[in-house]
Amino acid sequence: MSTTSKRRRALVATGAIATTITLALAGCGARAGDDTSGGGPTAAASCVDTSGSTVKLGFLNSLTGGMAISEKTVSNVLHMAADEINAGGGILGKKIEYVQEDGATDWPTFAEKTEKLLTQDCVAAIFGGWTSSSRKAVKPVVEKLNGLFFYPVQYEGLESSPNIYYTGATTNQQIIPAMDFLASKGVKKLFLAGSDYVFPRTANAIIKLYAAKLGIQIVGEEYVPLDKDDWTSQVAKIVAAKPDFVFNTINGSSNVGFIKAYYDAGLTPAKTPIISVSIAEEEAPAMGHEVTGNYASWNYFQSLKTPTNSKFIQSWKAYPNSSGVTSDPMEAAYISLYLYKSLVEAAGSFDVDAVNAAAKKNTITFDAPEGKVTLDGKNHHISKPGHIGRINADNQFDIVWASDAFIKPDPYLEGYDWFPADIRKQLVGAAG
Amino acid sequence: MTKPKPWLSLSGIGVFAVLLLAVAPLVLTDHWLNNLGKYCCWAIAAVGIGLAWGRGGMLVMGQGVFFALGAYSMAMHLTLETAGDRVPGFMVLYDPLAPLPAFWEPFRSTAFTLLAIVLLPVVLAGVLGYALFKRGVKGAYFAILSQALAVALATLISSTIRETGGDTGLSDFKYFFGFVLNDPANKVMVYLIAAALLVMCLLAVWQLYRSRFGELLVATRDAEERVRFLGYDPANVKLVAFVFSALMASIGGAMFVPIVGIITPAEIGAAASILMIAGVAFGGRASLFGPALGAMAVGWGQSSLGSTWPESWTYILGLLFIVVILFLPNGLSSLPARFARTRRSAAQQPAPAIATAELEGVRS
Repeated sequence: MSTTSKRRRALVATGAIATTITLALAGCGARAGDDTSGGGPTAAASCVDTSGSTVKLGFLNSLTGGMAISEKTVSNVLHMAADEINAGGGILGKKIEYVQEDGATDWPTFAEKTEKLLTQDCVAAIFGGWTSSSRKAVKPVVEKLNGLFFYPVQYEGLESSPNIYYTGATTNQQIIPAMDFLASKGVKKLFLAGSDYVFPRTANAIIKLYAAKLGIQIVGEEYVPLDKDDWTSQVAKIVAAKPDFVFNTINGSSNVGFIKAYYDAGLTPAKTPIISVSIAEEEAPAMGHEVTGNYASWNYFQSLKTPTNSKFIQSWKAYPNSSGVTSDPMEAAYISLYLYKSLVEAAGSFDVDAVNAAAKKNTITFDAPEGKVTLDGKNHHISKPGHIGRINADNQFDIVWASDAFIKPDPYLEGYDWFPADIRKQLVGAAG
Repeated sequence: MTKPKPWLSLSGIGVFAVLLLAVAPLVLTDHWLNNLGKYCCWAIAAVGIGLAWGRGGMLVMGQGVFFALGAYSMAMHLTLETAGDRVPGFMVLYDPLAPLPAFWEPFRSTAFTLLAIVLLPVVLAGVLGYALFKRGVKGAYFAILSQALAVALATLISSTIRETGGDTGLSDFKYFFGFVLNDPANKVMVYLIAAALLVMCLLAVWQLYRSRFGELLVATRDAEERVRFLGYDPANVKLVAFVFSALMASIGGAMFVPIVGIITPAEIGAAASILMIAGVAFGGRASLFGPALGAMAVGWGQSSLGSTWPESWTYILGLLFIVVILFLPNGLSSLPARFARTRRSAAQQPAPAIATAELEGVRS
């Protein structure tokens, strides 16, 4: 009967597929436990071509989706830095030719585009990312392909990678200075409010450990998802808890909802001020006068008086599509491209291993708008000054506190005895 | 509707299999092969949607839920495999001292993980489908309910950051059942598995569509009451199709993880679920190849057009979707038949009877 013969043929086809899978499994590469260290056969050969008069660099920023509002500015300032470097003769005499990709506020897209930039466009390095989630998506890909990624935003620390350079602050350059400032103000009761993702969760874990050491009591801790901006019920809890200060690790447009609910609940900077680690010159205008009088902890402020800064502000204001104000993540992105230039010129090569070897000498510096920063060749972070600013009526920041000196980066908080050694060990172990 | 030619379809699957399994690995770069693997995963889920929606008339707007079951089962296993004896790094980050949550523990086992990828969607879709279809929930109510489930699950995952990785998702997998994922040869292997699974799913629905069950499913879609009068329980027919589609979504999700290297709630929520539907509608929901090819086309558009025109790509997709729904309600795969008919009717007199019959077939 034809039905049975048809059935049999379907079966044969299925069998053929199953065989293919088995063959695929049999004829494949390394297994766990095989020695794959030191590149070996698993590391793909780099396809970067710098034999011509240009060098290709990749810019990976979310031009669409929820983070576009922040990341477009970073993308823009990277373009400005590339134009400046090209006008000055390029890197090692080669003009920068950049490939702009959209991360679309979607972490798998960040991973996919990183792979595309490194293997299809053959860029020598990638600059961009904003959220920690995007960085965590990029990290395994640049490590696998031995690429370079320059990440320009302050983050939660507890990370380092031979393939990533961090030009934003780690916790001991932003969170810890903020806590020192609170302690100097005599704060006894602190409330934590944050968005529900990696950075605020980790930052608050560190804040709680340091607060215990400083004798500051944590009277509440609330989280709201990044894409939600209704803070009414959480603000009611703040009213009830009566803290001296609120530590704000909210990110993105959710801050607008928080500040509005805070203001509407009658909480004022005079009695219960907020210290934020993500409200900068770009974001403050969206919150108008309701945010005036509150504080933020950053390394860079537009109001910093350095000669490099006034030049930076001037160039940015004159740049097409510029927002007119400068902010910390922008400045860190600006630093990242110049830092790469210094690294390559010190190495005399665009090769990733040569660049990393040049970094190891700890002699790479850049005269940044925030001051002269030095790269730490071991952990790939840079030294930064700590600053606390108070938001004034023009939505700019008056600097009210500064660290004594530039703070050396310490992503794993090794110099802080209150950070438990066993946790550090576990984290380093888990990071592999 | 003209009777499908089974042998033509089967040789079509054969050609498709050769293209995917033999030609693609030879001609594509690693990057595009990996992308093609990702499209295959969406295509596997799309084949299931074609079965449930195209043939069964159930607008499954929340396939992300089943995609998530497979994807997160796989991701949990790979995370534990990478972490070894340690608690996964992201958990230490949020709460340094807490132990591994109990529901993670069984995913250490390979056998349990593979079983979970198959059984979790079957059980969930079985229970859900039984409760809904027996009660006669259908049409827009069913669509809204399935969509709501996807939203709920994505929200749940986002808000349980310590247990599931939250919005950041699970990533940084080093091994795939003992194989080093960084090895290019292993990447090709993972791709081949996904492609082979897609071909097997196509074979499975090809067989289903030709079987008595396939006829019954279309009959249930078009005239549920009449099927009931003939002595069949339409709820059971729909249940089987729904369970199969859930299983396929789960398999697609499971393979998505080693190929893409990361899974986040954004890949399973409302928008992702709708994008899966969009691919199916685009390709032709009731045809054999339409859903798979449509899903792959949408995936390719996202990687390729989304790179060239980041800001306008979503508008292009939306516009295409509207054009297809308006002018080609049976999707792009109906284009050849339509073209042939236009030529035929240009040569002879138009045959309105056939056209009406075909339109009847389209309605669901």
